[in-house]
Amino acid sequence: MDAKRVAAIIALALLALVPPVAMAADAPFYVGLFARIMVFAIAAVSLDLILGYGGLVSFGHAAYLGIGAYAVGILSFHGVTGGFAHFATAFFAAAAAALVIGFVSLRTSGVYFIMITLAFSQMVYFLGVSLNQYGGDDGLNIARHSNFGAALDLKDPVVFYYFVFALLLVFLFLGSRIVRSRFGVLLQGVKSNERRMIALGFPTFRYKLAAFVMAGAICGVAGALFANLTLFVSPSIMHWTRSGEILMMVILGGLGSLIGPVFGAAAYLILESVLSRLTEHWQAVLGPILILVVLFSKTGLYGLFAMGARRRG
Amino acid sequence: MAEPVLETSGLTKRFGGIVATGDVSLSVAPGEIHAVIGPNGAGKTTLISELSGELKPDAGSIRFAGADISRFGPVRRAALGIARAFQVTSIFREFTALENVALAVQARAGHSFRFWRPAEREAQLREPARAMLRDVGLGERADLPAGSLSHGEKRALELAMVLATGPRLLLLDEPTAGMGAEESAAMVRLLAGLKSRFSVVLVEHDMDAVFALADRITVMVYGRVIASGAPEAIRADPEVRRAYLGDEEPGC
Ligand SMILES: Nc1ncnc2c1ncn2[C@@H]1O[C@H](COP(=O)(O)OP(=O)(O)OP(=O)(O)O)[C@@H](O)[C@H]1O
Ligand SMILES: [Mg+2]
Repeated sequence: MDAKRVAAIIALALLALVPPVAMAADAPFYVGLFARIMVFAIAAVSLDLILGYGGLVSFGHAAYLGIGAYAVGILSFHGVTGGFAHFATAFFAAAAAALVIGFVSLRTSGVYFIMITLAFSQMVYFLGVSLNQYGGDDGLNIARHSNFGAALDLKDPVVFYYFVFALLLVFLFLGSRIVRSRFGVLLQGVKSNERRMIALGFPTFRYKLAAFVMAGAICGVAGALFANLTLFVSPSIMHWTRSGEILMMVILGGLGSLIGPVFGAAAYLILESVLSRLTEHWQAVLGPILILVVLFSKTGLYGLFAMGARRRG
Repeated sequence: MAEPVLETSGLTKRFGGIVATGDVSLSVAPGEIHAVIGPNGAGKTTLISELSGELKPDAGSIRFAGADISRFGPVRRAALGIARAFQVTSIFREFTALENVALAVQARAGHSFRFWRPAEREAQLREPARAMLRDVGLGERADLPAGSLSHGEKRALELAMVLATGPRLLLLDEPTAGMGAEESAAMVRLLAGLKSRFSVVLVEHDMDAVFALADRITVMVYGRVIASGAPEAIRADPEVRRAYLGDEEPGC
């Protein structure tokens, strides 16, 4: 087995062990922290699909996180509590938004694409602010977790943890199939040399759009999970800096590897949690650390871990 | 003469004040290698781009296999069998040589909304790709990253990709560009082996290659066609000699 696979399996095994270890150590805080890490990992994995494989630098990914979270918030507000309704709505609403946003932004490329995806996410952000009925700027409390019946009670932090973990595994598995399929190879061709792809006769736009919609939909699910994690949604979840954070997680963890963003989400949120306890200027410390990692490892943290595994193995 | 497979009339493309191609009309018979020569900046690459659909001409029309394709984009033209190799090698550097050609095969193997089966296990993509690599002499290099191949090998790889799309018309923009004498000769042998199986528009600076391969030659200068005809006629044409081949060496 190659080193990267080993690194991935070790990471996922460690994630599976978090709740029992945290409980044994009487530190339930970590169950919440790692659930949050995995929620953002799902968002980052979805971004990696289009960024790492398709070369599409979307700077508006938080919009889909917000749409997914608001889907849960708004449905709950109106008394709809069913988990399937929540998650299906989050998935399809985010997909629909990605379809519209992608349809316009994918006509551009390079820095224009970055700007236009950012602009769209700002529109979605201000849409959230303007939803006075749903709390506007102040946000919206969610009365109860998405209801999947007694057997899957998301109110229990450990159950919720494994629910997120299972979804992360599903998306990692689906993603790893997709990136190796014809569709995934096509996507990588677009990243490598789109002019060549078009000259070969690939109508690249529709494939990029499909990937963009998939990524948005998966990020919508992450948003629904986020709403369940915090039982609260507000526009701040889709602030543009949040898009930047997700982007950072992908780059920090390692572009184009799917598992890399899981490392990235963990590193980013753990650093944030540790540093913010030490100093209120934690972002000033985080910045240089991120820059160092990116400078010293083109393949991100995941590349470093894999390298370590290779040395030992 | 058989119905031409490609026929352009009055193709004109301006970039600001520059007329890159001015009123270019040419026709290519089935199985013919039609060379386009001319000094730097004559508009040869622009012409190729207009034929491939990458550039939209300001005026003029293009007929291919009996149909007017003037308004078709590059994807539709590729689907009809017009395949282009670029002047500056255009390949997927991060892919292996085999993956490059397999992706070219995939371009003609139906839609790519296939999400489940790993492409690397699809014999229907891999086998033809492997055969094509052998045909261009890269059989041994199949599993190397394309970026690590030598310049000549990269150009051969691009040719293999172009051929793997099952084209009817090849648009080759200086296939021997940047090659040494040996690589160049190998490329010419390769192209000679394709002769009559495809129709070819061949842009080329290397006159030995041109005269070895071409059935017809069109000479462009400053965007205009100044002569077009059989190789012997072009070689003897005084205007061509003055403008391009160089007066000072009579008898070539
Ligand atoms: N995209 C462009 N924008 C502006 N001018 C261009 C563009 N492409 C080509 N030109 C100009 O059009 C003219 C024809 O260029 P073209 O590349 O077609 O020449 P060429 O015959 O292929 O030359 P070479 O032998 O150097 O490859 C040149 O004057 C060039 O500077
Ligand atoms: Mg040129």
